[in-house]
Amino acid sequence: MSPALFALLNRGALTVVVWIIPLSFIPFFIWLERKGSAIIQDRSGPDRTNIMGVRMLGYIQNFADTLKLLLKENLTPAKSYGFYFLLAPFWSMMIALLPLLVIPLAAPMDIAGRTILFQAANFDVGVLYIFAITSMGVFGVILAGWSSNNKFALLGGLRSSAQMISYELSMGLALVSLLMVYQGVRMDGIVETQGNNLVFFGQALPLPGWGIFLQPVAFLLFLVSGFAETNRNPFDLAEGESELVAGYHVEYSSVKFALFFMAEYVNMAVVAFILSTLFLGGYQVPFASTEVLRSHPNLALGIWGAILLAGGALFGYFLYLQADAQKHRYQGVKKWEPYVLSFAAFGKGLVGLTALLWAIFGGPLPGLVVSLSVPVLQFTCLLLKVFFFCWLFVWVRWTLPRFRYDQLMRLGWKLMLPLAMLNLLVTAVLILIQK
Amino acid sequence: MKIVPRPGTKGLQRYYVIQVFQGLLVTLRHVFRNLFYPGKLPVIYYPEERKHLPPAMRGRHRLMKREDGAPRCTACMLCATACPAECIHILAAPVPDTEIEKYPEKFDIDMLRCVFCGFCVDACPLDAIRMDVPEIALADYTRESLVFHKEFLMDHHNEEYAPGYNPPRPVKWTHGDHARP
Repeated sequence: MSPALFALLNRGALTVVVWIIPLSFIPFFIWLERKGSAIIQDRSGPDRTNIMGVRMLGYIQNFADTLKLLLKENLTPAKSYGFYFLLAPFWSMMIALLPLLVIPLAAPMDIAGRTILFQAANFDVGVLYIFAITSMGVFGVILAGWSSNNKFALLGGLRSSAQMISYELSMGLALVSLLMVYQGVRMDGIVETQGNNLVFFGQALPLPGWGIFLQPVAFLLFLVSGFAETNRNPFDLAEGESELVAGYHVEYSSVKFALFFMAEYVNMAVVAFILSTLFLGGYQVPFASTEVLRSHPNLALGIWGAILLAGGALFGYFLYLQADAQKHRYQGVKKWEPYVLSFAAFGKGLVGLTALLWAIFGGPLPGLVVSLSVPVLQFTCLLLKVFFFCWLFVWVRWTLPRFRYDQLMRLGWKLMLPLAMLNLLVTAVLILIQK
Repeated sequence: MKIVPRPGTKGLQRYYVIQVFQGLLVTLRHVFRNLFYPGKLPVIYYPEERKHLPPAMRGRHRLMKREDGAPRCTACMLCATACPAECIHILAAPVPDTEIEKYPEKFDIDMLRCVFCGFCVDACPLDAIRMDVPEIALADYTRESLVFHKEFLMDHHNEEYAPGYNPPRPVKWTHGDHARP
């Protein structure tokens, strides 16, 4: 197999993977939103939709929602602008899916003389590609608002797009200070730089060299701008139900609305990926950069086993508590099914335990296992960081009240933009001093 | 004129940042409490569990019966007059007994208009209509089925649903039953 063909297959497989990952994030995210908001609000979330008694802790609700959205009537308003009305949801979804192409999922791996890359596309412009794509996401909103031929939709679309472009500015400036620190634009370079421990003015600190420690102000600015970019609480004025019916997607019905709905969640997943790549070190395991993982053969498998063990034990325990709390209410499948789920989670913990024990006491492992365990561990780390940010999105949504539109614009232009410029100045001064 | 200083408007509090974290901590406390003690969620799982209705709750209407099974109601129209939604429709018919002169041949309560105010219960001099059936889910598929007729309203055995529900009435208003609280 020629190297060119192998590289093509590699990138092609990664593109498909990077397309599937956000689409499979959507049901997880919807479930997290529903269950998470219920847990925060002292409710119980969806626990009744079932397929023959199997409830999967509310995951089946996603199927019910999908079925409902697909079976609705597909309306097109009479005087809407047909082509743009159809284009807007597809545009939103496409733009939402594109930025993930440059996110590295794991460090490149050498197997049998070939190098397998885990990044679908390694452009020279790197991070700027992401910002170009997200800037085009505003088009979908404007198109939807305008082509609906509905004054409220137009107002919602204009508000939402104005909010998005004003927060892109502070996002970009925060990014510039970050790029000054990392001295590069390419994503894999950024992630590799974050693998080493922190060195601050010549003093080595026992902290991983993540962006959040190097540039905390930029992290805060980026985080707030990420909330504003995805129209997410506390910046969801454009789609708040009590404010503007549904904002720019009020006239959309079944599949087109489903596309908008899913595009919003994909946007959130993409922002979570970008945040974890730029600020939390991407796929890097804290205190164990890729060289450390490769030099100690069993370390990657051990850490991965420990993560699985901790996660499985925790989930199993919580699921067991849930099963106990509702066993007096149901009979049959509905009663035993949470116990089965808890058992499955404990099983996952057990797999982790065996991996951990094998890594500690197993002696030299086969080369394939050792070299495979590193990308698996790194991808798992990336997913953990992304899950944390997804949980943060849900957590903040159900904690903070909504911004009023003028407060929102004042925050974006009069507070965050000067703060981003100040951060840039301070970073430049500090870098010059360090040299 | 006294100027009252409003909290949260001076200095660092205007930037709201610490309050954001405090709010997030409050929510996190709720999350941990609900994760570790899921049995203590203040959730009533309808329809397996029902809410415990308070004793003075105005539920569904019912027509009370005498010992021989006849309705206590003598079609005096006081409830129909008192009803602010004009939802009670009574058709009176004579009765051979000269003390109980009339009985309702038709006693319809239009639940689509009823506002559950309880004025009919307060107006009735004979304790013939009560609103104490603990049934609050009155949904149905057709409009006709939500107009309750006399047979449906009398389909019970005079059981005491809510002890202490009926407020103490002056003795002269009751029709001989003084033992009730």
